Amino acid sequence: MANVDVTQELPLPVERPPASAVGPLGWLRANLFNGTFNTVLTVAAVGLLAVAIPPLIRWAVIDAVWSATSGQACRAGGACWAFIGQKLRFIMFGTFPYEQQWRPLLVVVIFIALIVASCNRQLWGRRLGLLWLAGLVTVGVLMWGGAFGIAYVPDEAWSGLPLTLILATVGMAFAFPLAVLLALGRRSKLPAVRGICVAYIELVRGVPLITVLFMASVMLPLFLPTGITIDKLLRAQLAIILFAAAYLSEVIRGGLQSIPKGQIEAADALGLGYWQTTRLIVLPQALAVVIPPLVNTFIGTFKDTTLVIIIGLFDLLGTVTTSLSDANWRGFAVEAYVFTAAFYFCFCFFMSRYSQMLEREFNKGRQR
Amino acid sequence: MAEADLPIIELRQVHKWYGEFHVLKDINLEVKKGERVVVCGPSGSGKSTMIRCINRLEDHQQGQIIVAGIELTADVKNIEAIRREVGMVFQQFNLFPHLTVLENLTLAPIWVRKSPRKEAEETARLYLERVRIPEQADKYPGQLSGGQQQRVAIARSLCMKPEIMLFDEPTSALDPEMIKEVLDVMIELAQEGMTMVCVTHEMGFARTVADTMVFMDRGEIVERGPPKDFFTNPQSDRTKLFLSQILAH
Repeated sequence: MANVDVTQELPLPVERPPASAVGPLGWLRANLFNGTFNTVLTVAAVGLLAVAIPPLIRWAVIDAVWSATSGQACRAGGACWAFIGQKLRFIMFGTFPYEQQWRPLLVVVIFIALIVASCNRQLWGRRLGLLWLAGLVTVGVLMWGGAFGIAYVPDEAWSGLPLTLILATVGMAFAFPLAVLLALGRRSKLPAVRGICVAYIELVRGVPLITVLFMASVMLPLFLPTGITIDKLLRAQLAIILFAAAYLSEVIRGGLQSIPKGQIEAADALGLGYWQTTRLIVLPQALAVVIPPLVNTFIGTFKDTTLVIIIGLFDLLGTVTTSLSDANWRGFAVEAYVFTAAFYFCFCFFMSRYSQMLEREFNKGRQR
Repeated sequence: MAEADLPIIELRQVHKWYGEFHVLKDINLEVKKGERVVVCGPSGSGKSTMIRCINRLEDHQQGQIIVAGIELTADVKNIEAIRREVGMVFQQFNLFPHLTVLENLTLAPIWVRKSPRKEAEETARLYLERVRIPEQADKYPGQLSGGQQQRVAIARSLCMKPEIMLFDEPTSALDPEMIKEVLDVMIELAQEGMTMVCVTHEMGFARTVADTMVFMDRGEIVERGPPKDFFTNPQSDRTKLFLSQILAH
């Protein structure tokens, strides 16, 4: 052992990294000015922002008109937010009877409360399911009425934000379990089950949502016996559920395929049955893997609900578009659409942030 | 005891094919209650396949397999009944990475045996104590070393209070310095009288605990016998060759 050269008996002292690698200066260097190309890009981007932002602020804030009684008084060159103020009730609740609009307002509050409650993982379980059931029943009672002394409102009059929230939330809530079943079915050993699932997924994925909505509202009545009609809202809701389920199921199948065979063998060897293995071992791992594409699909579905305008339902985008046709308030499309876009952005951004938080939580202490 | 002499595992003329490939050829094996069987043989000899047939992770196409008096058929009820009595430890541990160590251990007792959670947790902590890692109960498998993971896997099987334990190369995926801690746990288990069928290349372990050595090659059982005879006086040339290779250094 004489050849072994021992140079260091004691462990080497712990040293701090060089100053240029840490702190704000290090961050700037690593992220903005590492190399000629990135330096040019950084300078160009800053220049572009300097040109674009001041006029935008001037339009949106400094020159903006915040209150006005008519469209004429609102043409100062800046944004006319007074238009939004004037039309807010209509944009939010559309054609719902004016004096009854506290009902859809309450519905929106209930939805947001349910969504916030669902974000707390401690509440996940049977009780949350019951909470949702109770919430949806309350929503139904509030929107339709005709009981507890509140007037009946047919669902043709439902519009604006509550309609968007109902279509999206109910759509996702029903599409998700359906998608899990489809994904499991597509991997089934039984040829009939697999065949049906594959056919369904391929068929629905292969056509645009608009066609499904159209077919549901135009063609379906032709097939049904006279006298039997399916409610327009229900048709749209079904179309969204069936459509989203096909997309979600493929995302979930991706997750299922990422689970090593050993996991299922270990569960089998412990005597767990198929459904127990699926629920306790496979799905929790598979779904955690596919959170990013799942949320992608959820966001897509949420925005796709705007297509119901094609069959004459007025969701948030529909009521905004309608409000533009007021002869006294012509020409404020930009303001209206900026306002709607902000609304959609808030919901989508929330979903995206929440999914990132979930990912972090699921990956805590896991092997990767 | 007369009962102790009855076989708890019985394989009669078992054949298995993967497509055209004949993996198991006329396997006959009897394991008595409390007996420790060590199966060895070159890779691809069908030893893993054989023990995976005992709890039907693989199905056989011909012959009979009877475990704890129940014959393994396609009947799911029978399969689940047998799996409750047979624990299995895998080469790759196969712990559930999304559950803590304690949850890994209590999952099957709670869902399969329907034990109350509190009772299941007490049992789990007892077995963690026995595999000498009680302090790791609340960690996730990914935070443990290979040797610790395999000991958790053994404890997870034991929590189901199985009659039989199957080990499928339990130390093959471990770093050398961790093999001993796993073997120590297995030796203890053997000394307590657990019925064990163990596929392994650890010949030292085999000498210590085995009642019967089984040597497999190319899908058949070539030789079997008590370790004393098996190691000192092997009969078949194939066994001699295998032993000379594995004991060479």
